Amino acid sequence: MQFFFEVLIGGLLAGVMYSLVALGFVLIYKASGVFNFAQGGMVFFAALTFVGLQEKTGMPFWVLIAATLAVMVVLGIVIERVVLRPLVNQPQITLFMATIGLAFFIEGLAQIIWGTEVRRLDLGLQDEPIGALMDQFGILVSKFDLIAALVAGILVAVLAVFFNKTRIGRALRAVADDHQAALAVGIPLKQIWAIVWSVAGFVALVAGLLWGARNGVQFALTFVALKALPVLILGGFESILGAIVGGLIIGAAEKLAEVYLGPHLGGGIEGWFAYMLALLFLLVRPEGLFGEKHIDRV
Amino acid sequence: MTSGPHPSPPPSVMGEGVHSPARRIGDTMLSVDNISLAFGGVKALTDISFDVREHEIRAIIGPNGAGKSSMLNCINGVYTPQQGRIRFDGQTFTSMDPHKAATMGIARTFQNIALFKGMSVLDNLMTGRNLKMRANLLAQAFYVGPNRREELEQREKVEQIIDFLQIESVRKVPVGRLPYGVQKRVELGRALAAEPRLLLLDEPMAGMNIEEKQDMCRFVLDVNDEFGTTIVLIEHDMGVVMDISDRVVVLDYGKKIGDGTPDEVRSNQAVIDAYLGVAH
Amino acid sequence: MLYRESGQFKTTYAADQQLFPIRQDRYAIGLLLAVAFVVIPLFASSYWLTALLIPFLVFALATLGLNILTGYAGQLSLGTAAFMAVGAVAAYNFQLRIPGMPILVSFILGGLTAALIGIAFGLPSLRIKGFYLAVATLAAQFFIPWLLVKVSWFSNNSASGVITAQPIEILGFAFDSPPRKYLLVLTIVALMALAAKNMVRSSIGRAWMAVRDMDVAAEVIGIRIMRTKLIAFAVSSFYCGVAGALYAFAYLGSVEPDGFNLDLSFRILFMVIIGGAGSILGSFLGAAFITLLPIFLDVLLTEGAAALNLNLPSGMTSMAQLVVFGALIIFFLIVEPHGLARLWQILKEKLRLWPFPH
Repeated sequence: MQFFFEVLIGGLLAGVMYSLVALGFVLIYKASGVFNFAQGGMVFFAALTFVGLQEKTGMPFWVLIAATLAVMVVLGIVIERVVLRPLVNQPQITLFMATIGLAFFIEGLAQIIWGTEVRRLDLGLQDEPIGALMDQFGILVSKFDLIAALVAGILVAVLAVFFNKTRIGRALRAVADDHQAALAVGIPLKQIWAIVWSVAGFVALVAGLLWGARNGVQFALTFVALKALPVLILGGFESILGAIVGGLIIGAAEKLAEVYLGPHLGGGIEGWFAYMLALLFLLVRPEGLFGEKHIDRV
Repeated sequence: MTSGPHPSPPPSVMGEGVHSPARRIGDTMLSVDNISLAFGGVKALTDISFDVREHEIRAIIGPNGAGKSSMLNCINGVYTPQQGRIRFDGQTFTSMDPHKAATMGIARTFQNIALFKGMSVLDNLMTGRNLKMRANLLAQAFYVGPNRREELEQREKVEQIIDFLQIESVRKVPVGRLPYGVQKRVELGRALAAEPRLLLLDEPMAGMNIEEKQDMCRFVLDVNDEFGTTIVLIEHDMGVVMDISDRVVVLDYGKKIGDGTPDEVRSNQAVIDAYLGVAH
Repeated sequence: MLYRESGQFKTTYAADQQLFPIRQDRYAIGLLLAVAFVVIPLFASSYWLTALLIPFLVFALATLGLNILTGYAGQLSLGTAAFMAVGAVAAYNFQLRIPGMPILVSFILGGLTAALIGIAFGLPSLRIKGFYLAVATLAAQFFIPWLLVKVSWFSNNSASGVITAQPIEILGFAFDSPPRKYLLVLTIVALMALAAKNMVRSSIGRAWMAVRDMDVAAEVIGIRIMRTKLIAFAVSSFYCGVAGALYAFAYLGSVEPDGFNLDLSFRILFMVIIGGAGSILGSFLGAAFITLLPIFLDVLLTEGAAALNLNLPSGMTSMAQLVVFGALIIFFLIVEPHGLARLWQILKEKLRLWPFPH
């Protein structure tokens, strides 16, 4: 039983990290209807830029964060300006394919600038069991995972407040609802989009740092983003809450399946388990847990 | 608008005497009984009943949001009403499905043109004849025997419709490139290609100028006359409605408030209050 | 001046509905086929055949498959490589386990197996659209190669999971040299391209496009959406399956499920986008472009670096490839969403009028 909880908690903590990546998708999807496949590329780009700058300049941590954030904001704005604005009002599937191209571009660019080798990213957090939990309940929970989950949780909360309580947040939701109408009541559409892409860049940075510190900064980081897709299917593409809950479910289910189901299937199931879960879920509830059902008007 | 004795219509786009008295109106072909439809809590249709007779032109009118398109969508199965029945050709349905409706000979056009934008006029019309085509996948892949014969036969039929609608010159143009009025005509053609017994037209003349409207009226009347097709028509232009329809249903806020010949409807106080008197 | 259809009148619908209604087009395609079938096998070097032409043809076939699904029926799939893997492994097993099985029949059965799997993964398309479906097909992309590796029966218990494809022999004639393999692949691809062209100009093709362009209207006409989409998945997967079998048997000579990865799926999607979604010709143009581009880039970068006396870091070419692919995809989607095929068409229209501007 202890072991079960250990696995479950580990899974939930990993799930928070999935939520974090999924959040980047939801932000952009809500505001501009674009399913940004390049979110993973942005996570990778952010982590690599951070490590690269660290190696080259040796700046202090917070300066590095600020510098990388600046780079990500510029990247976000450029993406919005060069790729998405010319494609406004195109079918969603076209936008989606464009972001696939974008993902390739960003991933290639990051490695041309910073090189292809795997790098370590040290945030000063130790990946070691938390003593108190270990002693008291005999459950092994990584300190790193816990802190990472905390950071992710705070970020999610901040974004939720940003979305629901601020003027920009309200404008954002208006834009998400109806571009034309938002434009008509005087919401500066282009500015809003630039802000969203910048925020998505910021989320990518946080996710990149946490995942990079955990697994090393390498190309495989982009696969983390692929993991976020099933999370979105589960949670619905338009719901921040959905991204969180979906992330937790996928994280926990994946870990549990890996431990309890994996050995019977020959291992390696974490590569597809989340997807098959999402696929089955799609057949039952295509709009996701918290998504809205749309009525086609003709 | 003043009411004059039938068949001399009020001043309108069609001018005088468009009705050919020779048309034989037959028995009831379609009847809609106590249909109610709601989206979530929003009631789109409440307890609507009316019938359509063979060879008739039946208009549905009403202000915006009255539920006219929803009514058509129930008849050919795009929406499923929560209550009520639809009887077509002696068969009773609590809900239609679009495929069933199509096989029974119900075709329609849409308020916002719903053509296949990436395809040519010819292909759009050929698609309208899809139900008539039987060749299997392999025959299609090798374009042999039955498929080749079928394609040519159907092409011939489709060309007749192209001639009828006078769109010969654009037959190979992708419909996305055509002007609005022509697209409306192509959409009518696609519906006609199915050789329907019942044709549902959702605002076929919306957004047209007077000449285009006249052309379209002519086509609708010709279809009705020459092919004997029964027509249910939603239209906002009162002149047109009063001119070409045999009977009119009036909806307002999802309820039926009037039903009868154009003259009857025109003198119906509820209709005047809800619609004619206020909106026009 | 030469390319003009004036004076060529069609007096029957049969004449108007033929594949290439313009006479000059018929000559051109005849010439192209003659070069492909006669000149190239006689004169092309082994390197050209094995490193360029055979993969080009195989990819063109897979691109045709994906184009049927995505370009014509409007259903995006990111699982193309998985369906290729199914075709390859199935063909291998049919060869292996049924004595005396003709290899062409194995290819067809491999394609049919892929079609069945394609239908299974196409089922969600009945309820979901667009990128939701893309995520569902990603499930196929991750699950199928895993399954093919894990269940060792598929690879005949090979320790590495890599299996050697059987030699190709038809009626006692061995297709063992590059020109022979090339001719076999070319024949199969040409026939299947013709079949694809025929399908898209028949009622099933119109049904696919109708579902793509306006599904509600298609349904009202009486097209069964579900059946139409599933046929698209089946036909598309069949093409991909046969392409996978050819990839393994005629190109690589081995079957390795892990080689059919997401990257390959993307590559084929790029061929569709750049070549032209909804175009048979575009499938070939896109496949040629994406097959040649890396080679071109490689030469350009190495020559360029040598000329400038630069020392390129390792992996630079593949990174440059990513960047160029990505940029091209975005460029084409913004500037010419119908790809190279559309550019070719514009060129032809200009040519018809030349030397007059209108």
